[in-house]
Amino acid sequence: MEITSRQEKNTTVVTVQGRIDAVTAPEFENYLSDLISKGGRSFIVNLSALEYISSAGLRSILATAKKLKAEQGDIRFSGLQGPVEEVFKISGFYSIFKIFDSDASALNNA
Amino acid sequence: MEVLSTIKVPAKLEHLHALIDRVSNCAKEQGLSEKRVNEIEIAAEEALVNIFHYAYREQEGDVEVSCKAERGMRFIIEIVDRGMPFDPLAVPEPDTTLDVAERQIGGIGVLLIKKLMDDVTYKRDRNQNILRLVVNLKA
Repeated sequence: MEITSRQEKNTTVVTVQGRIDAVTAPEFENYLSDLISKGGRSFIVNLSALEYISSAGLRSILATAKKLKAEQGDIRFSGLQGPVEEVFKISGFYSIFKIFDSDASALNNA
Repeated sequence: MEVLSTIKVPAKLEHLHALIDRVSNCAKEQGLSEKRVNEIEIAAEEALVNIFHYAYREQEGDVEVSCKAERGMRFIIEIVDRGMPFDPLAVPEPDTTLDVAERQIGGIGVLLIKKLMDDVTYKRDRNQNILRLVVNLKA
């Protein structure tokens, strides 16, 4: 798993590559937690290069979203494909999160 | 039923990758697609992580993972532990319609196993939990 982030005005775009599983999920959650504790409130998580996610990854996303909701923050997702898209669909994450094709459309729909 | 591979390790998270790699290699050798292999890896992880967390409570114990093939028709991942009796198929399905604040993650792992596999069976036999994840090899 590799995580990078960049700033687009007041939104942080986080790109995560590789695999979020039970071993790597805590690192992903900590990464986002750090950004929130540094004042980040608006996030787009780009999943276009994510190859794999299990329920441990979903748990870390949900924990992050709850944290952000308490701070009036916001998290959106872009670039879902393949197995990651399938896991989001089965888990009902499409109905609780804002999901966009690209970072650009996610940024335009803040 | 032909046993393709068996691996037995302590039921700990640090062994997850070794177990998943083994299952993944077996699945690839059956000629399954990259997508199907990915789904098998997810289902196997969910089953194993449940065992790591709950099977032995504070004690130590092993988990044994076998890959089996049945007459070229079905690929089976058999996961055996000697921990507390636990039938994952009896876990109630989560409400996937609740919003972020109310949403709980419990049960999603088992839901993924059920939705991604062609069949799942559980039995308790001589102090063992035996979970089988079944993948059809022919459509």
